[in-house]
Amino acid sequence: MTRFRLIWRKSLNVVMLTLTGVAAFAVVSVLFMILGYLIWNGGKSLNWNFFTKLPTPVGETGGGMANAIVGTMKLLFLAAIMGLPIGLMAGVYLAEFGGKAYSFVIRYTTDLLNGVPSIVIGIFASILFVLPVKHYSTFAGGMALAIMIIPITLRSTEEFLRAVPGSLREGAMALGASKWRTIATVVLPAARGGIITGVLLALARVAGETAPLLFTTLGNEFWSPGWNQPTASLPLVIYNYAISPYDDWHRQAWAAGLVLLALVLLTNIGTRVALSRGGASRGV
Amino acid sequence: MPQPRAVDSASVSAKEAGMRFQISKLDFFYGAKQAVYDVSLRIPANHVTALIGPSGCGKSTFLRNLNRMNETIRNSRYTGEILLDGQDIKHLDVVKLRRRVGMVFQRPNPFPKSIYENVAYGLRINGFKGRLSELVEHSLRRAALWDEVKDYLHKSAFALSGGQQQRLCIARALAVDPEVLLLDEPCSALDPVTTAKIEELMFHLKDSCTMVIVTHNMQQAARASDFTAFMLDGKLIEHNETSKLFTTPSDPRTEAYITGRFG
Repeated sequence: MTRFRLIWRKSLNVVMLTLTGVAAFAVVSVLFMILGYLIWNGGKSLNWNFFTKLPTPVGETGGGMANAIVGTMKLLFLAAIMGLPIGLMAGVYLAEFGGKAYSFVIRYTTDLLNGVPSIVIGIFASILFVLPVKHYSTFAGGMALAIMIIPITLRSTEEFLRAVPGSLREGAMALGASKWRTIATVVLPAARGGIITGVLLALARVAGETAPLLFTTLGNEFWSPGWNQPTASLPLVIYNYAISPYDDWHRQAWAAGLVLLALVLLTNIGTRVALSRGGASRGV
Repeated sequence: MPQPRAVDSASVSAKEAGMRFQISKLDFFYGAKQAVYDVSLRIPANHVTALIGPSGCGKSTFLRNLNRMNETIRNSRYTGEILLDGQDIKHLDVVKLRRRVGMVFQRPNPFPKSIYENVAYGLRINGFKGRLSELVEHSLRRAALWDEVKDYLHKSAFALSGGQQQRLCIARALAVDPEVLLLDEPCSALDPVTTAKIEELMFHLKDSCTMVIVTHNMQQAARASDFTAFMLDGKLIEHNETSKLFTTPSDPRTEAYITGRFG
């Protein structure tokens, strides 16, 4: 009897170890397959023209996606300047000031907003920013992405601020710092690394969103001169080119995918490097 | 059952020293829970007063009333009167009060900044315009830390050892030149050698500063303080000159505690 249970326990151990191990391996291999596939297929069509030229009509070879790359950067810029301040400040409020009931409502609403499908946010932004002026625009797309950025930034900011030990706040207040002074000069600097990581994740997350841009920016085969006209963007171009019947466009879509991924990765790595350097000199 | 009144012989012998704090009939509540009961205590200037008692007896809570740190806790309130140099602290601007009454905490809590910026922090937030570097050096010297850190002023405060961090926190508190320094178990996370350094430092600070120290360690109270107050269950049991309280306690509960029969 006991012998049987020993064997049973040991084999259960082996089975569970294998199952969890295989699952972990599957995660890693999916990521590497995507990366490898992108580099393999997209790398072939990447050349200098891709970054500098406009798209060419069907049938003509060559051309690039300069307008989509710039469009995506403009959209992210808009989303960042409009969404990040709201998300950051609301996160500070929740972590440092909020009472019980009001905070609960905000936190719950934020989680709901986080779970709203991105296409619904696209429709919402379209109703607010496209219908009244009767034309698509970079601005409307930026607003749609800003709405998505807010809940992600808010929650991550709140989490990282909560992780700052209370003893630091007490230390500053015991020296006569007001609450806001304490937050600005001690708490926020202490949580800086985490907050910036959260912001980067939020930006990376919306950089690849297609659905909110469908009804807001429309797409554009040419340069978008300002903020008030339809614009091309990498995710939309990938979508349009990938469902087209032309092999030429398929290759371009792969290249666009690779560029989008590289854009996100480079910002991420760049910021981390800058952060760790700045941190060393400041002594964080 | 009537409780025996706290025996406050200390105030008599210390009268000539002048009183920094005069606390009368202090009751303190966390919400509905009372943590300090009817404590009246006088804290003589330029002396060290130790607060001893078992865990949870309310000595830290009492201490945190003196610079109104308890205000940061929601639903807390006190009744009674706390006078600092004859002024009711309730009516003082909290920023000014905390500038006059500095605090050092149980665990060293340096800010994630350089050593220099840690010490300069209190001066900066108080809008100090003057020669910052001189005051930083002066404060670090007063905290007996200058010689150990003078070549690393712009390194992170986290690079220091626990004992150095605690002395840095003392320097940080001293930088704004407080009249009173509240020390909330400042040595409980430190080794005996470092503890001795901090006690020596307290001895030298008496010239310029009044100190109130909460401690678990009765030997420390006996070594480092001039007056000792014994608290139990939120009440002040006995307050006297340290030498008298430890040799001839007048309350049997004080005697039981200092001889190690409980706590």
